[in-house]
Amino acid sequence: MRPDPKSIRVSVDKIGVRRHPSATVVVVGNPNSGKSTLFNRLTGMRQKTANYPGVTVEKHIGVFKLGDTVLELVDLPGMFALSTHSLEERIAVDVLFGRMPDVKPPAGILAVLDTTNLYQGLYLLQQLLTLNLPVVVALTMTDAAQASGLHIDVDALKKRLGGVQICPVVATTGQGIDALRRALSELPSAPKPDLPTLWQELSHASEELVREMPVTVPRIEIERALIDHDSDFYRELVGRLGDGGAARVDAIRQALFGADPPLAKEARQRYGWVRDVLSEVQQSAPAIVTWSSRLSAWINRPIPGTIGLFVVMAVVFQAVFAWATPLMDAIDVATSTLGASIASILPAGAIASFVSDGVIAGVGSVIVFLPQILILFLFIIILEDSGYLARAAYLMDRVMRSVGLSGQSIIPMISSFACAVPGIMATRVIPNRRDRIATILAAPFMTCSARLPVYALLIAAFVPAQKIGWMNLQGLVLFGLYLLGIVAGLLTALMLRQSVLRGPKPPFALMLPEFRRPNPRTVLMQLLGRAMIFMRRAGTVIFSVAVVVWALAYFPRSPEIESQLQDQIGAAQQRFDGEYLQRETATLKNQAAAAQLEQSFLGRAGKSIEPLFRPLGWDWRVSAAVIAGFPAREVVVAVLGTVYAVGDEADEATLAGRLRSASWPDGSAVFTLPMVIGLLIFYACCLQCAATLAVIRRETNGWRWPVFAWLYMTSIGYLGALIAFQLGNP
Amino acid sequence: MTLDSLQRGRKYVIAGVDSKDPVVQRLMVLGLVEGTEIELASAAIGGDPIEYRMFGNAISLRREQARHFAVSLKTGS
Repeated sequence: MRPDPKSIRVSVDKIGVRRHPSATVVVVGNPNSGKSTLFNRLTGMRQKTANYPGVTVEKHIGVFKLGDTVLELVDLPGMFALSTHSLEERIAVDVLFGRMPDVKPPAGILAVLDTTNLYQGLYLLQQLLTLNLPVVVALTMTDAAQASGLHIDVDALKKRLGGVQICPVVATTGQGIDALRRALSELPSAPKPDLPTLWQELSHASEELVREMPVTVPRIEIERALIDHDSDFYRELVGRLGDGGAARVDAIRQALFGADPPLAKEARQRYGWVRDVLSEVQQSAPAIVTWSSRLSAWINRPIPGTIGLFVVMAVVFQAVFAWATPLMDAIDVATSTLGASIASILPAGAIASFVSDGVIAGVGSVIVFLPQILILFLFIIILEDSGYLARAAYLMDRVMRSVGLSGQSIIPMISSFACAVPGIMATRVIPNRRDRIATILAAPFMTCSARLPVYALLIAAFVPAQKIGWMNLQGLVLFGLYLLGIVAGLLTALMLRQSVLRGPKPPFALMLPEFRRPNPRTVLMQLLGRAMIFMRRAGTVIFSVAVVVWALAYFPRSPEIESQLQDQIGAAQQRFDGEYLQRETATLKNQAAAAQLEQSFLGRAGKSIEPLFRPLGWDWRVSAAVIAGFPAREVVVAVLGTVYAVGDEADEATLAGRLRSASWPDGSAVFTLPMVIGLLIFYACCLQCAATLAVIRRETNGWRWPVFAWLYMTSIGYLGALIAFQLGNP
Repeated sequence: MTLDSLQRGRKYVIAGVDSKDPVVQRLMVLGLVEGTEIELASAAIGGDPIEYRMFGNAISLRREQARHFAVSLKTGS
């Protein structure tokens, strides 16, 4: 059939829209300045996230469109100054100076300043204005500034900043965004800021050096070289000056800064200017007491704050268990009904078993946990977005210090409760390498959302749902497992800091952002992103593993078992009838299925490794499931789902019921309490996650630490399970 | 007196910084320089780390770092 010509005609407009961005504009600001919310506002859904080459710092790129103008916006990691401190700041500086290989040199800067924190904002802005690029300034959180009695004279500020465009906005409501969009669209052709030279001596000294350079070097790079001793700029300058370069730079520094460290001198110089500007443009009326200031005043007090932190964490874990249950039950019933009805439609045999036992039982058993994982992520995102995580870092600094870390390590660890991968990436704000590696090694012990399905399955099956006060026993056991992860992680950090990672105590200095009502849009976007990642994994990795495991558990079929079954059914039909016959037939079928499973590929493989796990009380099915779970630990639930769907427990409706009725050949239960506790401990400790290993390798630049982490965590898990089982079975 | 011995409810001005330590230099980049007005907000359990307010913003540091900053009472408070 020939296609209808109308349907293949593409409208000219649509081609027109696909213009390439004409220029790159970087979005720069302090951490917590509302930069990312504004970035989302300006680019909407037209954004993508990738990594900068060679590092795991995320690169957020979006497309900005207004009329004919198409710009590429790059959301840089938050920074305080051009002198870098952490890996993220180094990346931001490289992009700003056009030194990042796969990002075009910026044609302009969108500087995002929190109106309530102009002190630090103007410090960074003053440095940005020396970059000789057009700048537009967005003043965010003008609503919060107003509420706290701050008034900013925008015209006076504009004059002090060399005439740059200033747009006051409220990123959460969109107020002022249109004016900002217009200013942004004209940015690449806007005049460069005409700022009087603020630091004459430094500029002159740099200007002289520029003339000596064999190649064209922007003056600002020389200025940074003179100030930042440990920077690429410095090394390049010394290299270009040739013999005696280092000594000359030292002499110039001596003349400029005297005995002061250059960075200290710069801070004094620039903040002097900032205070001068602020005294002119900023008036503050007595602050109105807002809900957030009242809340933070209360929560900042040492004892209520610390108690509050524990209450928050306890509520999160309780919610994960209690709120998710109705939804999970619904999904569970839906998948098992679907599996049963499909099995009844299809003719019995390999295909029916593949669909209902392989695909639906396998993938379904993991999807069941989507509600719990989303609730957990929701809490973590809200805690992060409201600024509470920084508060937790402050409250927990002392505890962390006792294991040789600082409060800064708390944020990666709390993030790891959702997933260790972003948690480990969050360690990039920790400046010292030893502190950072100790944190990276502790993070995978935190109970991540992929451990949750295993815990939830075993707890729901084997821990009675008794009430103890306002908590139930199941929630308490879950809380205990989280605690186990925390303690194991902290002890690991302590051990490392006492041995191979010994070093000076890390300092602790942290900006504590104001409490902010989380922006529903941001929260929802992040939550959706998480749900997508989970569903994609369920649809790919977990699906493939379920299919492979099903095939290994189904083949080869033994014709002897099959014909024996037919004979037995025939014999039964002669002796019984009615309901009794039905029951007898079902029992015979299940026994045959169990026999088939035992001689399948999976059965044989499981049996050959069973001796290794026998001391832990695991039968070959559990052993096989655990082995299959090494690439991604939530797979173990899918494997158990598949294995027990084809075994002789299959007449139980749910997986939990099937686990409860699983037995050894002598009829005793496999899942005894000591065995279940051991299994839980194994999962709490073991590093069964290829993604985490990969991210540790990338963040530590080598295989040494991921290999160590894997061996270490797996041995601890095995030993823990061994001790639990052996103690319980004297 | 130094930054680790402030009294609640009074306003201070940083009078001098012992800037040899790179950690202190980083704090200076964050705004703790001579002339900055600062007040005590609270402290975590055990009195460490300490939280300060400067220009309406909260920053927290440990006692051992706070000792590098000399302060004087703001005149008129």
